[in-house]
Amino acid sequence: MEEKRNKELLLEIKDLSVKTGDKQLLYGVNLNVKEGEVHVIFGPNGSGKSSLVSAIMGLPDYEVVSGDIRFKGKSILGLGLTERARMGIGLAFQHSPIVEGVSVDILLRAIAKDNKIVDEITKETDLKEHLNREVNVGFSGGERKRGELLQLLAQLPQLVMFDEPDSGVDVENMGLIIKIIRKLLQKDLPIMKRKNSGIIVTHSGTILEKIHANVGYVMIGGRIVCSGSPLDIFDQIRTNGFARCAKEARENERFQV
Amino acid sequence: MDSLDVQRKQGRMKDSKYDKKLKEEISALDRVGFDTKGEAERSGSFLVINNKEEESLSREDALIILPITLALEEYPWVKDLLFSLVNKDKDKWTKMVAEEEQIVGSFIYVKEGVKVQFPTQSCFFLHNEGFDQILHNVIVLDPGSKLDVITGCTTGNLVTRGRHIAVTETFVREGASLSYTMIHDWGAKTLVYPRTAIKVEKKGSYTSNYVALTKVGEIQSNPVAYLSDEATVKFSSIIYGRPGSLIDMGSRVILKGRGSSGEIISRVVSKRSRIISRGYIEGGNEGTKGHMECNGLLLDKKSSIYAVPELEASHIDTELSHEASVGKIAGEQLNYLMSRGLDEESARSLLIRGFLEGGIKGLPRNIQDRIDAMIRKATSKESI
Repeated sequence: MEEKRNKELLLEIKDLSVKTGDKQLLYGVNLNVKEGEVHVIFGPNGSGKSSLVSAIMGLPDYEVVSGDIRFKGKSILGLGLTERARMGIGLAFQHSPIVEGVSVDILLRAIAKDNKIVDEITKETDLKEHLNREVNVGFSGGERKRGELLQLLAQLPQLVMFDEPDSGVDVENMGLIIKIIRKLLQKDLPIMKRKNSGIIVTHSGTILEKIHANVGYVMIGGRIVCSGSPLDIFDQIRTNGFARCAKEARENERFQV
Repeated sequence: MDSLDVQRKQGRMKDSKYDKKLKEEISALDRVGFDTKGEAERSGSFLVINNKEEESLSREDALIILPITLALEEYPWVKDLLFSLVNKDKDKWTKMVAEEEQIVGSFIYVKEGVKVQFPTQSCFFLHNEGFDQILHNVIVLDPGSKLDVITGCTTGNLVTRGRHIAVTETFVREGASLSYTMIHDWGAKTLVYPRTAIKVEKKGSYTSNYVALTKVGEIQSNPVAYLSDEATVKFSSIIYGRPGSLIDMGSRVILKGRGSSGEIISRVVSKRSRIISRGYIEGGNEGTKGHMECNGLLLDKKSSIYAVPELEASHIDTELSHEASVGKIAGEQLNYLMSRGLDEESARSLLIRGFLEGGIKGLPRNIQDRIDAMIRKATSKESI
């Protein structure tokens, strides 16, 4: 029984604490994501949401102090960025860097297994005119987000992490962004056939109206302070703000804070 | 002088003169943009092997391409141009050129108002080990004319040592426009001392593109451009210093004329090499503008880049600016690419390639393609 449960777990985070320099960013975070599931992490700015996905991706500034990150049943703590990406972990950055001199087209072809994938996705995403531009150079907020998703489409990770995919995106771009996220999460496949999982980091949550998520969390001060149905949590946040959620969590002692 | 007379004196290389090996080496000169197979559209061609002019050919009546000695016979005024821009006593290399009894070099001349459609190619090929190639070249564009030149300088397959010493004096007359692309691909221990000066007359324009991506012993080159009223100049260089190379490269722009403007862009990459990247702009008249961008990338701890951007304003109404940066590849960019599954070498290769490609843009298609191909080769995972 235990064996079977582990098999469908894609990502397992156990008591994870992370720091950068002398500053601790995460305290004892636990999170399990099964194949085909989408998890949403809410929280105010600076609460540790981005740190969590960055640590899962393996960005070098995020040092794991204790705990474990297991992907497909194996600890990935000793693995670098490249290995993690090749195992199937992908991240749409919140603040992607500009990469002068490297065109979107060249980068996509370097990421994708073959050129056919690139030809297909550029057709689908209406980004043909961007191909010859340098990555993120002079891109608007929405263009940056689209560019991130386009790279993920070329990479095709099994665990897709989106760090604020909807912030700074205008209405025009929003539709396309939702469409690509749905594609990355295989939302058009029957539930049982979905293998890809997602972690969406957001502080607004409007994206949930278009993308169904299974579990929601609130992070405050580097800790997950409550979890539950994503829409319920989002409603609570809208009515009472993040602080109330944390307070209730403390009062109820349901979660260790 | 009737142009047909001149044309008759221009000869084409006779392949039969060369043994098989040399023929093969000549046909490989396309690596520096010198086409011998008729694959690239060229308006003219000039080839020196060691110290002998082997080919001078023009496909246009108004484009004259001759060995310099022949040009001195045909056009007496050329004599006055020699050492009129470069001081023959400047250093021991210019003196060496001045003291040569039999001068060797190219003369490229476009007549008034003629805009030559396809590029002219030239190549200075150092074929024998340890050879001193000593050259004196002159380029003249008469008023209102236009020409693109691509020059490749290289050594034979087995040649490592040798010296290339060349004085090149270029005259861009009123309203004329010259783009001059030079590709260096020398032997590992070759010593290279070009001495180049350009005079750009009223409303003329000169664009220089310099590419050196392979191993060399030493290159020391500081081309200088003197600009008259409303003339423009742009120097772009991309340099990849290989282990053990010493490269001292920099352009000088003297904005003498009113409203003249100049730009210097250099992108240098150093891998266990020493690069001195210079730039000098002097704003010496009203309405002059100059801008310089010197960017350097260090690939390891044993690399060094000394960037020397200099601005000299000698008139109250001049605008001069510069940006310079030297550093290693940004970790943030490297991580970003690696998070997409690229290994570190591939990510570095892509970033170095992008860095260099940013240095030279907008050349005539087949020259740009050639340079882009060279950059791709030089920055492939295996060669970085």
